[in-house]
Amino acid sequence: MIELLKTSTFRLALAYFGLFAASVVAGLALIYWQTVVYADQQTDETIDAEITGLAEQYRQRGLTGLIEVIADRSDPERGSVMLYLLTDAQQRPLAGNLTKWPDVTVDPDGWMRFRLDASRPGEPRHVAQATSFLLAGGYQLLVGRDLSERSQFTHRIVMALGWSGALTVLLGLVSGLVLSRRVLARIETINRASDKVMAGEFGRRIPVRGTGDEFDRLATNLNAMLDRIERLMEGIRQVSDNIAHDLRTPLGRLRSRLEMALREQPDQQGPHHGALVAAIDDADQLLQTFAALLQIAEAEAGTIRTDMSLVDLPSLLGGLVDFYEPVAEEKSITLSADLPRGPAEIRGNRHLLSRAFSNLIENALKYTPEGGHATVSLEINGARAKVIVADDGPGVPEEARDRVFDRFVRLEASRTSEGKGLGLSLVRAVARLHGGTVQLTDNLERPETPGLKAIIELPLASAAPPALRKSGMAPANTAVLDTVAAAK
Amino acid sequence: MKLLVVEDDREAAAFLIKGLRESGFTVDHAADGTQGLVMATGGTYDAMVVDRMLPGVDGLAIVAALRAGEDQTPVLILSALDAVDDRVRGLKAGGDDYLTKPYAFSELLARLEALTRRRSAPQATTRLRVGELEIDLLARSVTRRGREIDLLPREFRLLEVLARHAGHVVTRTMLLEQVWDYHFDPQTNVIDVHVSRLRQKIDKGFPKPMLHTVRGAGYCLKSGD
Repeated sequence: MIELLKTSTFRLALAYFGLFAASVVAGLALIYWQTVVYADQQTDETIDAEITGLAEQYRQRGLTGLIEVIADRSDPERGSVMLYLLTDAQQRPLAGNLTKWPDVTVDPDGWMRFRLDASRPGEPRHVAQATSFLLAGGYQLLVGRDLSERSQFTHRIVMALGWSGALTVLLGLVSGLVLSRRVLARIETINRASDKVMAGEFGRRIPVRGTGDEFDRLATNLNAMLDRIERLMEGIRQVSDNIAHDLRTPLGRLRSRLEMALREQPDQQGPHHGALVAAIDDADQLLQTFAALLQIAEAEAGTIRTDMSLVDLPSLLGGLVDFYEPVAEEKSITLSADLPRGPAEIRGNRHLLSRAFSNLIENALKYTPEGGHATVSLEINGARAKVIVADDGPGVPEEARDRVFDRFVRLEASRTSEGKGLGLSLVRAVARLHGGTVQLTDNLERPETPGLKAIIELPLASAAPPALRKSGMAPANTAVLDTVAAAK
Repeated sequence: MKLLVVEDDREAAAFLIKGLRESGFTVDHAADGTQGLVMATGGTYDAMVVDRMLPGVDGLAIVAALRAGEDQTPVLILSALDAVDDRVRGLKAGGDDYLTKPYAFSELLARLEALTRRRSAPQATTRLRVGELEIDLLARSVTRRGREIDLLPREFRLLEVLARHAGHVVTRTMLLEQVWDYHFDPQTNVIDVHVSRLRQKIDKGFPKPMLHTVRGAGYCLKSGD
């Protein structure tokens, strides 16, 4: 709901609603003005007309005639809303339907406003408006009107206006919400699909409803763009894979020629011995780079599926730590393992996993200064295993943490040391192949050399990695399931 | 020693055969799968080097045909396919070792020599003896000239592999595969470090070194006699 209030559609709807409400209020104000003010004017005019009539009677028939007319007009039988009172100079009533002269001051326009006593018990006291005249001989004449009917009318008008105003606000809000929710739902569909694409499901497309509206057009355009991106990516991948693959043969031949030439050098003492050895080394470096590229491509394409088996992480990691421990000791680095006792199995490819973890351990050993620490630990959290390789090295600045997983990306600081910038690419490809993720963070709270913590999260064997759920590998899958059943 | 090389790439075959002949082997060559199958099943060889991808009959099919005929001639499979799956498939089909192209000739030679030795040396032994060195595989103890040498488990496994190939070159990759069962190239000199630790323990204090580094190839444990 809060999310909904933050959306631009809702804000747009709200702005329209504000404009709409303002115009409704203006319209209602006009209606109020036209009816209530007109009714007030009518009252004034009625009283004026009455006075004109009575003045005429007085002129023609004198006081007696006036009294008669007043008595006649104020007869309760007639049910008139007009008020009359004729008094002598001492304000003693002579005729009319008011019992006494009202005890109020006269406003500058000559009007008196006062309350009438309730004619029936329980009825609210009526409001009245009147004006008075002084006749010859000190006689005073009051002519007025009971306003209760009119105030009821005003009340009804105000009520009606109020209700219609409230209804307008309610309808406006509801339609704003409904509208923004509908628009939001369509946009959410697009967002969800593009999130999936960004998460690596490059084949994912935004659903098109076929209504041909602006959202459909947007979806169609985005889909066309995704098609193009996918084609370009596929092209780049194929080109680099083909280069790696096609260059390996001639490079291998080059290596064999060099090796044969080297073997013909008598007793490793020939004139070109050093150059040949160096050239073979260079060729090996290139071959290793191509091999690493191909392996990453293979892992990314998810083609390594048949050799998935149950791999016990604690023993795999313990073995690797034991393997690298002497190298750490040579550099005076403490390499330690913090692994849970007992098995923690994931379904995966042992060789690829060893390779990925060894890349991380080698990185840690490479960047940890002499006398520093590197740790390999495993945490089990529900259905997920977290492999953490931590060091005290210079770390990776936050803004570069995504980038270092790309092929051939090396940070300036590490340019001087060996490496091709493919290690972390393989780590990520292997993690993804196993339905996991990899993430880098600071290891220590130290500004200068925060160290690095590489965290690989992998689903434990109870939750099958997505690579295994895909179709087209039923035989291998069945075999794996049999193994699981046997293990239980 | 008589070898059969089944390889369709003419240039690669020429290098390989030349190198093998120079190393003292007698070599026959088959240039496609069909010819390879005929020669492999018809002749007697001490070992074979078979390329995996061949015109005609596939390399793995040749190996499978040999094994189906109860022929246990050691076979080294060569392949341009580097995927871990391919290695598994190659070994399952009956190959004894698997080498990815392009390879170092010294690597191939070391592996081929190990394969030809394998048949003569029985595996089910409990004691290994290399010159002054005696290794008890059951008690997992090592003595040199009767003096007990204290080894870590990983050092013991390393020595065992070197001792099984005593007198011959064992490459770093062979050690990586046979001692640790790892199939990747470490970017550090980790194998050298392990070997130098082992050397410290078995050679220090003795007049003659037994564990030698063979430049450009690997390591060799020699009796020193």
